[in-house]
Amino acid sequence: MKKGLLIILLGLFTANVFAQNQWICRKGETSFFSETPVENIAALNKSVVSLIDFSKGEIAVKMTMTDFKFQNHLMEEHFNENYMESEKYPTASFVGKIQEPIDISKNGTYDISAKGQLTMHGVTKERVLKGKLTVNNNEITLVSNFDVALKDHKIEIPTLVIAKIAEVIAIKDKFVYTKK
Amino acid sequence: MKKIICFAFLVSIQLTAVAQSLLDELDKTVKPKKTYSTATFKSTRIINGHSVETIAKNHLDFRISHRFGMLNEGAYNFFGLDAATMRMGLEYGITDKLMIGVGRSTSQKTFDYFAKYKLLRQSSGPGGMPVSITALAAADAITLSSSPQLTFYSNVERFTYVGQLLIARKFNERLSLQISPTYIHSNRVEASSVPNDVVAIGIGGRIKISKRTSFNAEYFYRVPLNLPTGNIQNSPYYNSLSLGFDIETGGHVFQLHFTNSLGMIERQFITQTEGQWLKGDIHYGFNISRTFSFDKKRKL
Repeated sequence: MKKGLLIILLGLFTANVFAQNQWICRKGETSFFSETPVENIAALNKSVVSLIDFSKGEIAVKMTMTDFKFQNHLMEEHFNENYMESEKYPTASFVGKIQEPIDISKNGTYDISAKGQLTMHGVTKERVLKGKLTVNNNEITLVSNFDVALKDHKIEIPTLVIAKIAEVIAIKDKFVYTKK
Repeated sequence: MKKIICFAFLVSIQLTAVAQSLLDELDKTVKPKKTYSTATFKSTRIINGHSVETIAKNHLDFRISHRFGMLNEGAYNFFGLDAATMRMGLEYGITDKLMIGVGRSTSQKTFDYFAKYKLLRQSSGPGGMPVSITALAAADAITLSSSPQLTFYSNVERFTYVGQLLIARKFNERLSLQISPTYIHSNRVEASSVPNDVVAIGIGGRIKISKRTSFNAEYFYRVPLNLPTGNIQNSPYYNSLSLGFDIETGGHVFQLHFTNSLGMIERQFITQTEGQWLKGDIHYGFNISRTFSFDKKRKL
């Protein structure tokens, strides 16, 4: 009886420990770049949120599409209205398992990759995304660059502007985490 | 024993909570934000009248609008296309909420000036707002020489002033509706039967029929007022009704429409509409809007 209780209490305790090894980023930056000979388009979102749970080796990222800011307001409007359909699909997200074991108690830079689901424009794709994780005492920085093909996420480009928008968009992330 | 089962149950609940997707946990930690509705209308005009939209900061909108003759002029005048009146306008966003504009219409050689300010923006989330409200203040000046039909004794008489409140709601991705209470004062009118002051209610809206095309409609109802100069219903003019399409192509918005109004500024289409739809006094017309960004500071 007592033993059972102890095990259960231990279970409760470890569950709490699991829940506490989480690192959060509330003001992450995600930018994207579309490069064509006719026109370059760039936009930046400065309020991306992300959570890493090192005990489980999981990462989650979420952003609101309307938070992307463009230099040209009309582009921003078209991005939300015509391409991302932000009213229908207000957010984009990634949730994945980190492939490599990382010891965050030591300072240093680690190459990591995460395998999981990238959801954008309502379409979910299985992806492996690579990044660099830098541990510096009480701060963890994650930098990641990857590409997204528009047709993978069913984002349609009308023939009229096909020369102005790249088929593959380069995405850059920079997230700074603090212990939750 | 019962206690243990009870505990075990509690623990299992906690464990499933931990095992839940990290994404859900992220949603819990991040507070919901206020999000503003964007693109209630594609352009700063629904058809003739203003919409709640303003031009963004440091952006310039160059507008060219045409209204042709009437469809019932027949084949000899190519259904009105032989005659055209136009307005050219330059409109600029000082801030994301405040815009100013100037225009010149060929009809009566009229200059117009306006300022438009977003008072409230429709938003959802904490502290959400059900509608967007924009205020418009405008004036126009007829620079046509005095004539026996319309004699000006001083330059002040050439001016007309407009105050308008634009109240709109984007119901969903496709449907937006707007109501626009309007007050117009003309310093001089061409006949004593025509009132100097006109109060009108505008009703307009759009339905998107594809991502880049919408169907728009707009009607201005002049409220009958018992003024010393006579009832507005006696005036020789009609209420303005316009139907049209917005077509968006990259940096341009094309608005193609049919209307019983020839003018493109408030005084002309709200208080001086001469055509009647039922008689076929319908003008074909279009607005072209091209927006340029001068926002160099918003570096990425």
